[in-house]
Amino acid sequence: MRLIPPVLLVVLVVMWLVLNSTISLGHVVLGCVLSAFLLIAASRLRPLQPRMRRGYVLIGLILNVFVDIVRSNIGVARVILGLVGEREVRSGFMNVPLDMRDPHGLAALSMIITATPGTVWVDLSADRKTLTIHVLDLVDEDEWIRRIKGRYERPLMEVFE
Amino acid sequence: MNAVLDAAIWFAQACLAIATTFAAIRLIRGPRAQDRVLAFDTMYINGMLNLLMLGMRSSSTAYFDMALLIAMFGFVGTISLAKFLLRGEVIEP
Amino acid sequence: MSTVEFPLWAALPAAILLIIGGLVTVTGSIGLLRLPTFFMRMHGPSMGNTLGAGCVLIASMLLSSALQHRPIIHEILITVFIVIASPVTAMLVMRAAVYRTRVNEERQRKQATPLTAAAEGKQDGERPAAG
Repeated sequence: MRLIPPVLLVVLVVMWLVLNSTISLGHVVLGCVLSAFLLIAASRLRPLQPRMRRGYVLIGLILNVFVDIVRSNIGVARVILGLVGEREVRSGFMNVPLDMRDPHGLAALSMIITATPGTVWVDLSADRKTLTIHVLDLVDEDEWIRRIKGRYERPLMEVFE
Repeated sequence: MNAVLDAAIWFAQACLAIATTFAAIRLIRGPRAQDRVLAFDTMYINGMLNLLMLGMRSSSTAYFDMALLIAMFGFVGTISLAKFLLRGEVIEP
Repeated sequence: MSTVEFPLWAALPAAILLIIGGLVTVTGSIGLLRLPTFFMRMHGPSMGNTLGAGCVLIASMLLSSALQHRPIIHEILITVFIVIASPVTAMLVMRAAVYRTRVNEERQRKQATPLTAAAEGKQDGERPAAG
């Protein structure tokens, strides 16, 4: 039998307890049993187990992402309300060369890029080398590439590779 | 203090209602199907937030479960609609 | 209206968060309504999905915690769910839109019958090997 991933088990049990808003012993045991059953049942669907190292990097990454979400919300709001002055807003697709190959890291990167307003993940080339994103306010492509590679990709590579 | 909070909840509810209306207009007008799917996605999230506001106003926690259910079913609905647009079928053989 | 008296530490931040959340959500929907192309409209609702929903849910958490005199973190489940779900939805809708736009352009360029153009578009779409 496959090993149950411990982090996922803890997350599921905590979720069960939050949903029931209790920490009584019975619910802890029930949550553990249910989560273990669920994980064993689901382990066949997901043969790849992530290997995570240096998880503390993720804390800085999450803070960074939060700051970026607030900042790009302001940026998108300015574009929508027409507060960008006289210049023409140009939106379009652009390519970003990627160094990361790990599928879990790529999944996390796609979540980050899409959750930030103003950028949407469109496609990843078949060899996982080039990423296409759509940017609402495309002023400087190199700036976006630097931001994605420096702020998001490097910490994710530290964690997942 | 409660007066300020009540006013804020009223204001936010009005904002969400306007947002839902705009999404509904886009749902009706949308030139292509993807516009309609996007508008539907926006609509259910706005509706869910409005329901939470209702829960805040009546100081009850019963609305939470409804909001969670709306979020989950709306997610599944939008996913299957987008999948249908992408392939012409929802569940692939 | 609510008859309970909320303490100041909960009511004031909640009011500010609610106002911010409402304004952000309505701005996103204005974007959905008045931006010119679909790919630009795509970015409007994601404002409401991230910051708008986050603000409203934190306000809801604050108020229900103040009401019951213990921390209620129910709403964090919805927050986590939306944070996971809305990018997935946005990505799928985006892919569908790109695919449909490309099929449409090919159809217009070749002036072929709709059936063959759609079939060709399907072949060079990224269908996984098992499909």
